[in-house]
Amino acid sequence: MARLDVKKTYKLYIGGAFPRSESGRTSVVNDAQGNLLANAAKASRKDARDAVIAARKAFGGWSSATAYNRGQVLYRIAEVLEGRRDQFVAELRATEGITAAKATTYVDAAIDRIVWYAGWADKITQVVSTANPVAGPFFNLSSPEPTGVVAVVAPRGPLLGLVSVVAPVIATGNTCVVIASEAHPLTAITLGEVMATSDLPGGVVNMLTGSVAEIAPWLASHMDVNGIDLTGVADPELAAALETASADNLKRVRRAPEVAVDWLATPGIDRLTDWLETKTVWHPIGV
Amino acid sequence: MQPYAGSVTTTSATTGSAGDFDDITSSESSLRRFLHGLPGVDQVGAEARAAGLGTRSIKTTAKNFAIDLAIRMVDLTTLEGQDTPGKVRALASKAMRPDPADATCPRAAAVCVYPDMVATAKQTLGSSGVKVAAVATAFPSGRAALDIKLADTRDAVEAGADEIDMVIDRGAFLSGRYLQVFDEIVAVREACATPDGGSAHLKVIFETGELQTYDNVRRASWLAMMAGAHFIKTSTGKVQPAATLPVTLIMLEAVRDFRDQTGQMIGVKPAGGIRSSKDAIKYLVMVNEIAGPDWLDPDWFRFGASTLLNDLLMQRTKMTTGRYSGPDYFTLD
Repeated sequence: MARLDVKKTYKLYIGGAFPRSESGRTSVVNDAQGNLLANAAKASRKDARDAVIAARKAFGGWSSATAYNRGQVLYRIAEVLEGRRDQFVAELRATEGITAAKATTYVDAAIDRIVWYAGWADKITQVVSTANPVAGPFFNLSSPEPTGVVAVVAPRGPLLGLVSVVAPVIATGNTCVVIASEAHPLTAITLGEVMATSDLPGGVVNMLTGSVAEIAPWLASHMDVNGIDLTGVADPELAAALETASADNLKRVRRAPEVAVDWLATPGIDRLTDWLETKTVWHPIGV
Repeated sequence: MQPYAGSVTTTSATTGSAGDFDDITSSESSLRRFLHGLPGVDQVGAEARAAGLGTRSIKTTAKNFAIDLAIRMVDLTTLEGQDTPGKVRALASKAMRPDPADATCPRAAAVCVYPDMVATAKQTLGSSGVKVAAVATAFPSGRAALDIKLADTRDAVEAGADEIDMVIDRGAFLSGRYLQVFDEIVAVREACATPDGGSAHLKVIFETGELQTYDNVRRASWLAMMAGAHFIKTSTGKVQPAATLPVTLIMLEAVRDFRDQTGQMIGVKPAGGIRSSKDAIKYLVMVNEIAGPDWLDPDWFRFGASTLLNDLLMQRTKMTTGRYSGPDYFTLD
């Protein structure tokens, strides 16, 4: 007997749940041949607002979790992603029309990237903290602290780019609101499903799918967002406008890259240090 | 003159039907007959109506109006064992100038505190126009002898409270001793008298979360209105569920019907659990639709709240600046 297709509805990922867009809007996602693949939610500014509230709520717990624990949770995401490897390979092939070998390369690289950042979670502090020599009877110690709620505009590309910008933000104890690549909403939400089942507290990562030009300005001007990563903003005019809007509350801004990024290459630690603030403590040396 | 200082009295009212309360309240049995003779509340209907009114879309200029009105209606409340004079002073300052960055922001209606903090609040508020409300009568349980409740009330009035929030004796109400509840409200109302011949305004708290049924809410509303309450208030905020839309709807119907019968206007105050601007606007829509636009005034409708004000201010800032604001920019209470 012929079986009916079980079609999947791709929603948003906010605060650990998968709500539809507040606006009720959806957009059609086609596969590489132009056939209907699925409908994805088209987020509005109010979804972005809700996501920031969820991220802010999650920040206290996530930032005060031990770095070791955050590393474990990241590793767990990699574990669960590994278990869903075939699903991601199939999704990538359907949306991109690429070969199985190529899709597997990207999915493997994405899993490895998470493991790479998971390892950094409890090591970055040692690398970027210092004991500073000062001319006085003080210990002078600088140590990094997470920036806060970070808005991330994910780069074009189905999975690897997304993972490469989100993992460093949460590894350092920040929480984030991610605008997925407009062309690839499906893998972003499937990645959200992975995160929702990986001991990652709800709200640490929030995924929005929809128009970058529509949502990003609201996040850039949002007074409760502490940083914004413009990696995925392709339009230079939009990037400039977002930088300007970000100045209102002195957000940290990571500017859009000037040359195309090779996501397969091993990254440096700059994506980790971008979302860290340095706290310096002066402590009198006892008598 | 504040209109609600007006002629809300019980048995001495000039209108014909108000005089009828004498007959109703002359004995336990006649009072019970009256209260139980009130039409029953259609629970499903009330909840559906409240939910339906909650779906109205209030945008742009209407939203601006609603947010400013809601700020003017807030009874900024702190009722914790850990309240200190410093905290009450900070709260009073906030009530006078909710958004220090924006001079056009209206002030709150009142500050609501325990009786021992009334003098502190009064001192800070001075003649700013922000009222001081005090919870009295063995708040929040209401379980004390009548003379203790009256002393509690007089204490607060002497300290300068403009408004008294009393709790009814739910135990007496639920066991059907309506006349006892009625007499208590009348007695507290008398204790609200100030030396200059005026009277502190009396808000009667039902604690609807403990009244079990909507019928009981309607009965309590009529009981309190006949006993001379200026305001009827849903809850103390110490019991869950606190204020809900259907309960407030029933109380709004009661004050509407009461005015139709007697010509006297009574205020309504939902308290507890109203935390977002969206919720507040739902209540305002309901006030307008059920009781009527006459009640859209801080003299006739209040919100008992603490966290609500910050959300209203954030929404207000969003409307004026065009960008989302955050809790970092408003005081923690």
